[in-house]
Amino acid sequence: MSVTRTGPLPSGPEAEYDVVVVGAGVVGCAIARALARHPLRVALVEAASDVGDGTSKANTAILHTGFDAAPGTLEARLVREGHRLLGAFAGEAGIPVEPLGALLVAWDEQQRAALPRLAEKAERNGHRTTRLLSADELRLREPHLGPGALAALAVPGESVICPWTTTLAYATQAVRSGVDLHLDCRVEKVRTGDPWHRLVTRRGVLRTRHLVNACGLHADAFDALLDRRDFTVTPRRGQLLVFDKFARDLVRHILLPVPGPLGKGVLVSPTVYGNVMLGPTAEDLDDKTATGTTAEGLAGLREQGGRIVPALLDEEVTAVYAGLRAATGQEDYRCAAHPALRYVTVGGIRSTGLSASLALAEHVLGLLADCGLELGPERPLAPVRMPNLGEAFPRPYRDAELIAREPEFGMIVCHCERVTRGEIRAAYASDIPPAGPDGLRRRTRARGGRCQGHFCGAEIRALSEEYGQGAR
Amino acid sequence: MSRVVDVLVVGAGPAGLAAAARLAAAGAGRVEVLERERAAGGVPRHCGHPGFGADHRGRPLDGPGYARRALRAALRSGAAVRTGVSATGWAGPLSLDVTAPTGLERIRAKAVVLATGARERPRSARLVPGTRPAGVLTTGELQQTVGLSGSGGEAVRGRLGRRAVVVGGEPVARHAVRTLRAAGVETAAVVTELPCAAHGFGAVPVLTRTAVVELLGRGRLTGVAVRGRDGVTSVLRCDTVVFTGDWIPDHELARARGLALAPGTRGPVTDGAYRTAEPGVFAVGNLLRGVEPAQVAAAEGRAVADAVLDLLAGRPRPTAGVPVLTAGPLRWVTPGLLGPTAVPLLVRPDRRLVRPLLTVTQDGSPLRRERLRGDPVPWRSVRLGPEWTSGVDPAGGPVVVGAEEYAS
Repeated sequence: MSVTRTGPLPSGPEAEYDVVVVGAGVVGCAIARALARHPLRVALVEAASDVGDGTSKANTAILHTGFDAAPGTLEARLVREGHRLLGAFAGEAGIPVEPLGALLVAWDEQQRAALPRLAEKAERNGHRTTRLLSADELRLREPHLGPGALAALAVPGESVICPWTTTLAYATQAVRSGVDLHLDCRVEKVRTGDPWHRLVTRRGVLRTRHLVNACGLHADAFDALLDRRDFTVTPRRGQLLVFDKFARDLVRHILLPVPGPLGKGVLVSPTVYGNVMLGPTAEDLDDKTATGTTAEGLAGLREQGGRIVPALLDEEVTAVYAGLRAATGQEDYRCAAHPALRYVTVGGIRSTGLSASLALAEHVLGLLADCGLELGPERPLAPVRMPNLGEAFPRPYRDAELIAREPEFGMIVCHCERVTRGEIRAAYASDIPPAGPDGLRRRTRARGGRCQGHFCGAEIRALSEEYGQGAR
Repeated sequence: MSRVVDVLVVGAGPAGLAAAARLAAAGAGRVEVLERERAAGGVPRHCGHPGFGADHRGRPLDGPGYARRALRAALRSGAAVRTGVSATGWAGPLSLDVTAPTGLERIRAKAVVLATGARERPRSARLVPGTRPAGVLTTGELQQTVGLSGSGGEAVRGRLGRRAVVVGGEPVARHAVRTLRAAGVETAAVVTELPCAAHGFGAVPVLTRTAVVELLGRGRLTGVAVRGRDGVTSVLRCDTVVFTGDWIPDHELARARGLALAPGTRGPVTDGAYRTAEPGVFAVGNLLRGVEPAQVAAAEGRAVADAVLDLLAGRPRPTAGVPVLTAGPLRWVTPGLLGPTAVPLLVRPDRRLVRPLLTVTQDGSPLRRERLRGDPVPWRSVRLGPEWTSGVDPAGGPVVVGAEEYAS
């Protein structure tokens, strides 16, 4: 097991793998983790300098039940199973999850008429606990909703989750269980062969018997390296606003829009960090790097959010970001086994990859078996317990015993998010240390609060340099 | 661990230290100041320029000198000043939960003085669109970065960059430009939406009536798109952008205590003696309204002592006053409540006003009208002496401060 970021890749037998998974987003990391249960040589290879650095870091952070998936699709099945699997794993691994439940709020007659149909669809997807709420019942549950809410469908089980911890937990468990993680290692060419495929990367050549494409937005481009052209990924941008923690009391559930002919609308949701999120927009683009926000996008979100929860707009905005979903023009995942190439493509994971990730990984193991991979016996994975970033669970700054043992956990450095020096040090000492300030934020929340570094930025930077040197 | 003190001051900036010094000297008992930073002194610690008054020999003080003097005064009068100690929330009406390297504490006090200061709004709160590259910061972060890395040299250039754009035309923007220059970073331009900046910036071009409309660059900032007064958008190349001014009170503890915020200032509402709506909880300094000079904050810290001492002596709390509101081109006024005692007002205009006629009225009848001699500007408050608030009827309606401009 090793994690590399710089320098040439290992050579000789060290660079020979049974399976190489390309793409260390939430899906790729889950696949690597599932493979790590078997006596295989596995590598997880990522172009960016950190795991979960693409779509997996900039999404709506919701663990969906799959109640509204198209019944009978692969996505419907995998989200339903994934929800159950990740719910259980989160408890073991310390990933913050809050099962707040969702309310689909109807704002006009058309939307109200759609609610029973959505309840029926949920039932066909195996979710029998949805319930229709009258306007009065809805107001009791969400007293800060704007005027004009007519009714709602309550969907228990919809949860908010930390997407950063989830991806990192998968990757950490994979690495601890023997997977090699090569970061900053873009695959530029694939020379297919038998029994070895040769992957030419920026940092050297890897040989593998089996190959998994978990490249997300770039899954079509990676397919092309193997002369497969089955689909095209059209990035769909979602801009999101994160409101100050003072807004948290305004929203109790995940407030989902009712899908309709005029588009999907935006959601308002608490986050596990104690903020409130508003978004996403849905803009089909050509540029797979267009993760910027726009004035129109932000203004539109504020307008819509102000109708849903008017008091939201009185609060400060803590963060603004945009992510890209890997849409393919088809309303299902594009997972395919190519036995002749000993190659599996996991594409078109549009917006439910986080929820489905663990079930997707099991599905991919099946596809690899179809390609002739012999998994061999199963063994237990090395245990992981992730640092808690969730407000609903104890944080180090309130842990008297921990502070007594290690006073650095009593030294708050990032005051807005209450991140201690001890947590920053621990992040750099972890199996997969951060590559920079953004990675540190995703591991600790440091600098992610309302001041965005006004008070703490300089010190956190100095600490990162100090601890980061030790980590490398 | 639970402890009891007489007065707990949260924040060891100019206001908090001044309050502690005066209270300890006046025999208020155990006066303890909690400071979450590693050193006491507040924002002036990072301001290496004059403008902080003079020492006892008449020599001008810079920020760090001022901060040292304020700390010394508090310690000499017997206050305890604890640094690296964070008040994380309320455990009761006058009781705070505290995290420190020495462990958790619950400190109960007879009076709590909130002096938690203010911060500059970061890029995200200003809703500036674009990418999220490195190289985007506020003046506060800039000053601390230079403070930690030392001026000049590769360390600071690695942490900052080579060419910066400074956003904002208020006096703090000048400090940002100076700090950048001292660190060896060139300032490409100062960009402000104001029609004119507070002052010149030497050779640095100032683009007025100009807004930053997008940040550009992946990984590292490569430029900012700005839209000028002609509506045309252009790109200023830079690897650093400093957002200055646009202050907001750091009011987390005040709000966690349930204190109402004044809409104009976003600080907790107090009366003229700095009492909040909660008995025993006081608020002073830049927590009340974004930013005033250190000396103004310190004067409020000294002034709060009277009301705190009244409380400790068991003297009855005066009845709540009447609200003070603004009308016309005024952004805010403090205090938010007026009682029977006449107190000075601080008023901040929305824009530059040309020799305005200021009025204070209650229930439609004027208490005072006076034309100002100068032209107030949006980056400086106008202080109206206590004579402006004499005659307020504590049983009457809201007091309204207004401003009118006449064509001359």
